[in-house]
Amino acid sequence: MQIYLPIAEMSVNVFLLLGMGAGVGLLSGMFGVGGGFLMTPLLIILGVPPAVAVGTEANQVVAASASGFLAHMRRGNVDFRMGSVLLAGGMAGSALGVWLFFVLRQIGQIDLVIELGYTVFLAIIGTLMLVESIRTLLHREHGRAAPRGAGRHTWVHGLPLKMRFRKSKLYISALLPLTIGFVVGVLAAILGVGGGIVMLPAMIYILGMPTSVVVGTSLFQIVFVTASATFLHAYNNQTVDIVLAALLLLGAVVGAQYGSKIGTLLRGEQLRALLALLVLVVTAKLLYGLVATPEEMFTLSPIFRTP
Amino acid sequence: MILIPRYSARAIASIMGMVFTVNVAVAQDVAETLVADLSSHLIAITPDFTGVDLLLFGTTDGTGDVVVVIRGPHSDVVMRRKERVAGVWVHTDAVEFAGVPGYYALAANRPLEQMNAEAELAFAQIGVPNLRLDAVDAPTETSHAAFRDALVKNMQRKQLYPVDIQPVTFVGERLFRTSIRFPANVPTGPYSAEVYLIKDGQVVTSEITPLAVRKSGFGAAVFLHAHRHPASYGAVAVVFALAAGWFASVLFRKV
Repeated sequence: MQIYLPIAEMSVNVFLLLGMGAGVGLLSGMFGVGGGFLMTPLLIILGVPPAVAVGTEANQVVAASASGFLAHMRRGNVDFRMGSVLLAGGMAGSALGVWLFFVLRQIGQIDLVIELGYTVFLAIIGTLMLVESIRTLLHREHGRAAPRGAGRHTWVHGLPLKMRFRKSKLYISALLPLTIGFVVGVLAAILGVGGGIVMLPAMIYILGMPTSVVVGTSLFQIVFVTASATFLHAYNNQTVDIVLAALLLLGAVVGAQYGSKIGTLLRGEQLRALLALLVLVVTAKLLYGLVATPEEMFTLSPIFRTP
Repeated sequence: MILIPRYSARAIASIMGMVFTVNVAVAQDVAETLVADLSSHLIAITPDFTGVDLLLFGTTDGTGDVVVVIRGPHSDVVMRRKERVAGVWVHTDAVEFAGVPGYYALAANRPLEQMNAEAELAFAQIGVPNLRLDAVDAPTETSHAAFRDALVKNMQRKQLYPVDIQPVTFVGERLFRTSIRFPANVPTGPYSAEVYLIKDGQVVTSEITPLAVRKSGFGAAVFLHAHRHPASYGAVAVVFALAAGWFASVLFRKV
C-alpha cells in the first residue's frame, strides 16, 4: 500500500515505513539512543530529500525518546539534575549547529561534513566502547571485579564550579556536562540526530556515571533537544513531514517499549558491547560510502536561497 | 481550446502568406488543420498517488507529422561534481543551471530525424538534445557539456526526462492519440502540453494546452499549513510527537 508524503513529495510503501520505525524503535529503547543516526541514512537511501529526512527524523525521535524516557523515569533511572545541566549546554550548542548547517548547505559541503563527522566520531566511540566492554566481560569471567569508574581521580576532578549529582553518585565540575551537552548539541543540529549515540559514551567514560542512570538521563535530554530541533526545522525550512513522522513513530513507540524491557534484562557491559558493534557497522558503511568510487559523479540539488 | 500561432515568425509568415495568396476559405482550412486536447487538465496528487497516464488526442488534416511535448515547472538547479581528494570523494566543481524544466516528455508519430526539420525542432526546444539548459557560470565549454549531460541523465534516472520518444498513433487518416506517463515523483506546478504539426520540414501550426499538477486533499492541507503557518506547524508536530510517546508508555505500562 503506497502513501504520498506531502512534504517529502514522494510515494512510499506504508508497511516499509512502519517496519523501519519498529526496528529503529527497538534499538532506541534498548540503548537509550534516539535512533536518528540509523533512521536518517535509511530515509535518504529511500529517496527522501536529506533536508526533509533530517527535520522529520528529529520529530520522530521526540516521540521515541519521550516514550523511552517515561518508561525509565518510572523505574527511577533518571538523574534530572545532570540532565538539566546537559540540556543547558545542548540548547546553546544546537543554536550554533543550526547556523553552521545553513552555511555548509549553501556551499554544498553539508553531505560531506555529515558523513565525515559521523565516520570519525563513531569510529572512535565504537572502538573505545568495544574494547572496554570486552575487557570488562573477560574480567568478570575470571572472577575479578572490573575497576569502577567513580573511584578514580583524574584532571577532570580538578575543575572549578563543582556540583553534586546524588543520583549519579558524582561530585564534579558543572563545566564538564555543560561542555558535553554543547558539543552534542552542535553535532545534533548538523547531523539531524538527538545525539544519544555520542552522549552515552561521553557520560560513561568522561563523567563516569553509572550505566543504570545513563540511558534514562540521556533520553531526558534528547526529548528537549529534538523538540527544539523539530520546531526550528519546521519554522526555518518547512522540512518536517508530519505524515512521514507519524508513520515512523507509530512503529517506533511500540518498538521502544519492548526495547527498554530487553535492555533491563541484559548486563551493562553486554549492552555496551552490542551497541559498540552496531556503531562500528554504521561506521564501516559510512566509510565505504566516502571512499568507494560513487556510481554517479554528479549530484543535482535545487538552489538554496538565504533563509 | 486556444489556437496559438506562437511558434515562430517564419511559421506565422508562411501561414499569413497562404492566407493572402489563396483565399479566405483556405485560411479557414489552415486554422483547422490541428485540434488537440488532453483527457484531463489537472493532475491531483492525492495521498495514494502513484503516478498517472494522461491521454492526449486530436485531429489533423491528414498530412504531416505530429510531435507532442509536455514541459513541467521551471526552476534553478545546481549540479556538483565529485572528485577524490585525499582518498575521499568531495564535491569540487559546481555549475548552476537556470530555468530547468522539472519534467519533460516527448511523443511523435515517427523518429524526429526523419522529419528534416532540425532547425525548427531546435528552435522550439523539441527533443532532449535541443533543451536549452543555460549554465549561469560554466567555467569552460567542455565542462558545461559534461554537467549538462549529467543533469539530463539525473532527470532520466528519475523518469522525469524521456530516454526514448513515445509513439503518437494515428487512428485512420486524421485522428491521433498518445499516452503520457507522469511518475509518482512528478513535481507540482504549471505545465504545458504543446502539439506541433510539421510538414516539409516546417512547423505549420502549433497548439498549447495548459496543465497543472497540484497536491490535493489532506496532503495539500498539510503542505499549505507547513508553508503558511510554520510556527504553528512546528508546535503541532512537537506536541503530537510528545503525545504519541506518552500514549505509548501508558499503553505499555501494564504489559
